[in-house]
Amino acid sequence: MRVVCPHCGERDRREFTYQGAAEILDRPAPEVENDAWADYLHLRENPAGETRDMWYHDPCGAWIVMHRDTVSHAVHGGELASEVRK
Amino acid sequence: MRIAGKGLIDTSKTVSFSFDGRRIEGAEGDTVTSALLANDIRLVARSFKYHRPRGILTAGSEEPNALVTTGSGAGAEPNVRATMVEIHEGLEVKSQNRWPSLGFDVLSVNDLAAPFFGAGFYYKTFMWPGALWEKLYEPLIRRAAGLGALSGDNNEDRYERAYAFCDLLVIGAGPAGLMAALTAARAGADVILADEDSRMGGRLLAECEEIDGKPGHIWAAEAVAELAGMENVRLMPRTTVTGAYDQGTYGALERVGLHKAADGHLPRECFWRIVARRSILAAGALERPIAFPDNDRPGIMNAGAVRAYLNRWGVAAGKRVAVYGNNDGAHQTARDLMDAGVEVAAVIDSRKDASVALDAPVITGGRVIATSGRLGLEEITVATGSGQERLKVDCLAVSGGWNPTVHLACHMNGRPVWDEAIQSFVPKAGMIPGMEAAGAANGVFSTAGCLADGAKAGEAAAADLGKKASKTKMPKASDSAYRLEPLWVVEGKGRQWLDFQNDVTVKDVRLAAKENYRSVEHMKRYTTQGMAPDQGKNSNVGALAVLADATGRGIPETGTTTYRPPFVPVSIAAMGAGAQGKGFAPQRFTTSHAASVERGAPMIEAGMWYRPSYFPRPGEKTWRQACDREVTMVREAVGICDVSTLGKIDVQGPDAAAFLDFVYTNTMSTLPVGKVRYGLMLREDGHVMDDGTCARFGEGHFVITTTTAAAALVMRHLEFVAQGLRPDLDVQLVSVTEQWAQFGVVGPKSRDLLNDLLDAPISDETLPYMGHQAAQVMGVRGRLFRISFSGEHAYELAVPARFGEALYRVLVARAEMLGGGAYGMEALNVLRIEKGHITHAEIHGRTTAFDIGFDKMISRKKDCVGQKMAAREGMVEESREQLVGLKPVGAVKQLTAGAHIFVEDAQAKRENDQGYVTSVCYSPTVQSFLGLGFLKNGRARYGERVRLVDHLRGVEAVCEVVNPVFFDPEGGRLRG
Repeated sequence: MRVVCPHCGERDRREFTYQGAAEILDRPAPEVENDAWADYLHLRENPAGETRDMWYHDPCGAWIVMHRDTVSHAVHGGELASEVRK
Repeated sequence: MRIAGKGLIDTSKTVSFSFDGRRIEGAEGDTVTSALLANDIRLVARSFKYHRPRGILTAGSEEPNALVTTGSGAGAEPNVRATMVEIHEGLEVKSQNRWPSLGFDVLSVNDLAAPFFGAGFYYKTFMWPGALWEKLYEPLIRRAAGLGALSGDNNEDRYERAYAFCDLLVIGAGPAGLMAALTAARAGADVILADEDSRMGGRLLAECEEIDGKPGHIWAAEAVAELAGMENVRLMPRTTVTGAYDQGTYGALERVGLHKAADGHLPRECFWRIVARRSILAAGALERPIAFPDNDRPGIMNAGAVRAYLNRWGVAAGKRVAVYGNNDGAHQTARDLMDAGVEVAAVIDSRKDASVALDAPVITGGRVIATSGRLGLEEITVATGSGQERLKVDCLAVSGGWNPTVHLACHMNGRPVWDEAIQSFVPKAGMIPGMEAAGAANGVFSTAGCLADGAKAGEAAAADLGKKASKTKMPKASDSAYRLEPLWVVEGKGRQWLDFQNDVTVKDVRLAAKENYRSVEHMKRYTTQGMAPDQGKNSNVGALAVLADATGRGIPETGTTTYRPPFVPVSIAAMGAGAQGKGFAPQRFTTSHAASVERGAPMIEAGMWYRPSYFPRPGEKTWRQACDREVTMVREAVGICDVSTLGKIDVQGPDAAAFLDFVYTNTMSTLPVGKVRYGLMLREDGHVMDDGTCARFGEGHFVITTTTAAAALVMRHLEFVAQGLRPDLDVQLVSVTEQWAQFGVVGPKSRDLLNDLLDAPISDETLPYMGHQAAQVMGVRGRLFRISFSGEHAYELAVPARFGEALYRVLVARAEMLGGGAYGMEALNVLRIEKGHITHAEIHGRTTAFDIGFDKMISRKKDCVGQKMAAREGMVEESREQLVGLKPVGAVKQLTAGAHIFVEDAQAKRENDQGYVTSVCYSPTVQSFLGLGFLKNGRARYGERVRLVDHLRGVEAVCEVVNPVFFDPEGGRLRG
């Protein structure tokens, strides 16, 4: 499997560490209720098709929001997490 | 029998090898099977289940019968397809699944009992008593049935793994593959052409065909020569593409050195991962047998294989041959044989209306209904339209038509489509993104058609890649139509074999259907048809046809089973190359490694690092003696320990302090420059992630440490927070673990030792506990931290890594002069347990700050990772298991980590479980075994007696629950 790093281009997937859905970027404020926090931490969509998830490119240290397809396994590309959050 | 003047190999160059101990002479370029046939050896193997005598069916990697063991000793390789083994001087080949010999095999009695052994026999028979299955039935069955066996020894042969990248991967170098590669390469694409044969050309090497007025193999050789001369082309002969994976990744197995005697240098095989932007599947087609009665005798072969042995290797598969087929292609076998002077007894064409222009006896509308010959074919019986005819022949060349080699196209779960004209499956577009099929693999069977289809696919791939192919001049070749009439089964007395490799007959498939295993996937598993090394390459379509007929459905409705990688068996040694023993596993050595090894320290793994376990001295017989001495040495004098393996992260930026406040539970922004603070990190779910120290070097400059085990994890986490959660903060992180060598100088004499080395001496006033400063040590600029993991008056001295070894040697020598010395991991562990300090044995991922007694370290004045969830109900309940110390009452032999804790007189069972032990040691300081563990409501139970039970090791001990700080709880020694 080939994964795209915005810094380094298309690389072998073994250079990356996978870290779950990109919803982890939407961290609630501390005053938000526990239930919403629990959802943020533990509740995940399980989509057949388009998905966005977090990948860490170990050699360059970039956190990437990857756009993938869970059905075709296609990797559409990725953006730096720091750009997505801005 | 070798025919003089035939074949493409040089028969004057003799090569000898052994088959079951017998010396066989072949010629350079022979495979094991061509050499055996040249020596008139037809019996090569015994079948899997019934021990039936078997010969050679094919000339390629799909061979189901001629499976042999090559080599001897640890590297002996079982179940090798003899068709793929190139002979070389000294090669050892052995037949399999026979005893005592291939000609006389005791277990061939299984064949007599065959009526009992049909599909599902094991399932139905060995039902009870269940207890006997594992001990009796299975071992017996495994002994009786099976193929070759591994030696069981460690294989020392060399294997490789490698990676390649290209614009276009062409799979197969027959007419279609060669044209595709030529077209795309001439347009400027980077091309890899892979073919599993030792020589490229595909069927052009096996047929008497002309292209552009010259023999096909000459045309192929010229095409290969042109490709070899192009810089943008890589030719990979002896390379089978084994699988198609995501994003244009392909697996391939190259037989690098298997055609030569092992010399220790050349790898035997290499497993490739090839990443290609486009690929063309030009893998050709596989001929299929016909299921007539007793169609498995040695001497009954595929017609195309008979042609291949004749035209490529100059070998006639028999002296008197009959040809049996349902298509025009079979006639070519008779023509080639007669041209070579081999007697053709008859051409039997199942089609009544077939026109056969041959000067040989022809039986149209004929069927082979019986064969005989115990260890090899002697006679066949043919039902003609008017009666029966018996023919004495030693070889029967059979063709039931050809199946496109669609396997790779189906590896991503796409299903091929049925093509009525060729009565087989062909790939459909888009089954593998970026892959296109061409030639026979695409259902195009004439030579001219293959050349044109290959050129077309090559042009399309070039265009996709943004290259423009110039107009291809098409070579001239025959364009004869492929006509066939389906023929799957011939009824008659005797078993009609479908799957030779698994001994599956037409009757077995019909029985499966009758017992309602009507789905093709169920039929496969019930009968084992299509399993094992050949994966049904010869039998799948035929078995499907039988199942379709038995269930009253068409073949397309019946559907195929799932095609999975690998296309051919891949040795684990090749896939795992570089992973034997230590292999490519990274090893990290500290700068003090050599000095530790010189002192006889056994090195133990800590993650990827290697650290000294203890430093034995003369007279010490056990590790415990060394460890006890080292602990006492640290407590009474001074010890030296390399702590460079702890993660060191340099944190800089205007917002560095704010960032650390967010990742640590406690506040780092209030830390004065020149001070160090202990810090605790949580995961967002509120559990402890790691701990370490944080030293401030400037307003916006900190250096933090992590535990050895979690260094990479913490770095990744901090990058995640910086990039993903707090991109608003201006902060940069860099790991400096390997840039600094850092040594613990620990014990009451630590300052004396350092003051002898430092350019400016230190005192309690200039460097108090939890302070740090720049230090000059013997002229080298370093950093000096006054921190302690042992509870002693201690320092950590860091210098640039290139000075590490020299400094370590000096420190140890000075320590020895003061009555101390080096200490290892065992002593380090004892020292920290005595002091009640935690490691990842305690912060193992399920403990909270509350559990380890650090609840107050979570600041409420700011937000931090994990703060919200750590405060949840249930995360801070008194009933949780809390960190406690455990001290034996009376004499015990040992304490063990992993033991569970029970109320002293309660029964030691799960319902009564009160907690567990995480760390234990013998403390020479306290003169007792000590333990750390987690106990329900533990902090309120100091003084209570509990029982530790280790069910696994059978160890029990009664302990008193105590404060986890066993030694110097006031911390006076730290500040001394």
